[in-house]
Amino acid sequence: MSRRWFVRRRVGFGVRPVTWQGWAITAVALGLMVVALLVVRRPLGAPSVLVIAAVYVAVGYATGGRSRPGASPAPPESSGLPARGTPDAPTPVAPATLARVAREATSRAGDLAGRDAAIEVVGLTKCFGERDAFRDVSFRVAVGEVFGFLGPNGAGKTTLVRTLSTLLAPTSGSATVAGLSLGEDHGEAIRQRIAVMTESPGLYGRLSVRENLEFFAGLYQMSDARVRIDRALESVNLAGRAGDPCASLSKGLRQRVGLARTLLNDPAIIFLDEPTSGLDPVATREVLELIGGLRERGVTIFLTTHRLDEAERLCDRVAILNTTLRIVGDTDELRRQLFERSLEVATATPLADPAALFTAIPGVGSWRASGDGRYVLETTEPRETAPRVARALVAAGADVESLAESRHSLEDVYLQLIDDDTGVSA
Amino acid sequence: MTSLSGARIRAVLVKEFRQYRRNKFILYTMVVLPVLFLVAPITTILNLPSTAPEVRVRAAVGSIFLLMLLIPVIVPVAISAYSVIGERDQGTLEPVLTTPIRREELVLGKALASIIPGVALSYLLFAVIMTVLRVVGHPNVVHALWQGSWLVAEVLFAPLLAAWSTWIGTAISARSSDVRVAQQLGTLASLPALAVTSLMTFQVLSPTVPVALIVAGVLVVIDVAALRVVSRLFDRERLITGARATRAAAPPPHDS
Repeated sequence: MSRRWFVRRRVGFGVRPVTWQGWAITAVALGLMVVALLVVRRPLGAPSVLVIAAVYVAVGYATGGRSRPGASPAPPESSGLPARGTPDAPTPVAPATLARVAREATSRAGDLAGRDAAIEVVGLTKCFGERDAFRDVSFRVAVGEVFGFLGPNGAGKTTLVRTLSTLLAPTSGSATVAGLSLGEDHGEAIRQRIAVMTESPGLYGRLSVRENLEFFAGLYQMSDARVRIDRALESVNLAGRAGDPCASLSKGLRQRVGLARTLLNDPAIIFLDEPTSGLDPVATREVLELIGGLRERGVTIFLTTHRLDEAERLCDRVAILNTTLRIVGDTDELRRQLFERSLEVATATPLADPAALFTAIPGVGSWRASGDGRYVLETTEPRETAPRVARALVAAGADVESLAESRHSLEDVYLQLIDDDTGVSA
Repeated sequence: MTSLSGARIRAVLVKEFRQYRRNKFILYTMVVLPVLFLVAPITTILNLPSTAPEVRVRAAVGSIFLLMLLIPVIVPVAISAYSVIGERDQGTLEPVLTTPIRREELVLGKALASIIPGVALSYLLFAVIMTVLRVVGHPNVVHALWQGSWLVAEVLFAPLLAAWSTWIGTAISARSSDVRVAQQLGTLASLPALAVTSLMTFQVLSPTVPVALIVAGVLVVIDVAALRVVSRLFDRERLITGARATRAAAPPPHDS
């Protein structure tokens, strides 16, 4: 549908220009009125102005005045809005469209395949005056990896993201982001290849969702902005809300708009700074599904978060930062590094002589009682030792309630490291 | 150095104008003062008797021009003083800075969004006053108004003064931590620019076309210098943290 040059006012009567053609006609009409007043002297001056005004209004009504361009269309019935009675109720992610966006982002990421490190950080330090935000940080993120960055408040996570996204200059050390080294010369090129979603989505509340995205598409100088915006909105299932002012959206929906913004330029790396901060569980799940969709397609994601469960669920590897980098690895590796592997045994009644029983089992290093009929056996090979333990218990006449390998969560790992730091600093 | 991107500047400009349109309060505050300025000079001129001495007529005309030149000073500074600190408060500045936009492009986009309304209002009011007085004013007043020097002065001074007050407002906004303080300081700091033009309006300098051109030249020099200073203030780190970046003189070597 072609745009109208004028639209009818929502309040009062008359029309107003909305396109450059409308504004041009308005400017010409005003100019003619001024000329009429100056050139056509009394008594014909005022009637001339009235005639011009009448012609202007007629043109306004003839070229518009019946509809408002850009008004948000009604959400389509197939938009997936669940029948919960609230306009902000979360909608399921459209997997097909998300996959398409992700594939394109992956192809962009594929440009880095030859280098195979999306981010490489060596001895990076950032100081504000005498205070270290982070110090001597080194790590590497492979292309297509989802890398989780954990740490307590004030650990330097956000400062590190800002540094890697060229907002802050490092005090010392070096880093390569999307194949380019950090530095004044590469700032613009790096920012062209990455996208950052800050903790607060940072949207202009009075502008509509589409207008917000149009602004950012303009900053990336996209010639096919309309197509990309439509695609990004579709991928976060917000196509039906494109005309809504951002201020009218719930926090969860605003996060989704923020995520759509990061998809606009098909970035090689997406930095997500606390993307689920302050969201309710349903909105959190929606955002995590979107991130998970990108993960499955191999987009490099650098995720900072407080939420250990989401890091464990989404990330290939995690790093824990507390001014200095405490540890990097996948969660299983971190568990192995920090905790002895062990078996947990529960019996109906306490064993008569547990020491004699457990020390005789090959593979059991040491043991301790953790309660009535509860024992923890340290072992390097839980899978091989467990059957031996079971046989020994049955042979000793014990009623076995359970026998399982101890699982330490990422939370255990995190708390262990942070507790260590607290102990050191105390 | 590669050239600036007109598309990015335009994107910033369009976004700012859309925000003005959606925020009626900004529009009203932009228009109220100029409209008051419209009433005062017209009343003054209309009350001048046809036999008023030439000195009195010239003084009245001078005061009209001073009011007209206040508009491009006051309107842009109020907008530009909000431009950086306002976005920082809303949390919208950081996402913008993570895009490829250059600081000069951001400065120019935001500056144009302040300058254009100020200049447009100034020209519009000037046109209205000239038209009204031409139609209903006494011939001797009309003669005093329709001088080439005043027309040149209005056409040249309005954008130059608007640019100056925009640079001042933007600079203060970039360094300030409070919107209200930025707007008050900005208004105060932009007024000295009027001193240059006041030399003409108060007849200290004879209001001729060459004098208007010379004064405009002085304002151009001031504006260019101010643009350079303000562009430096738009350093990303300074905008995010309020402090300049500090890099170690010799980064320690690292084993790779």
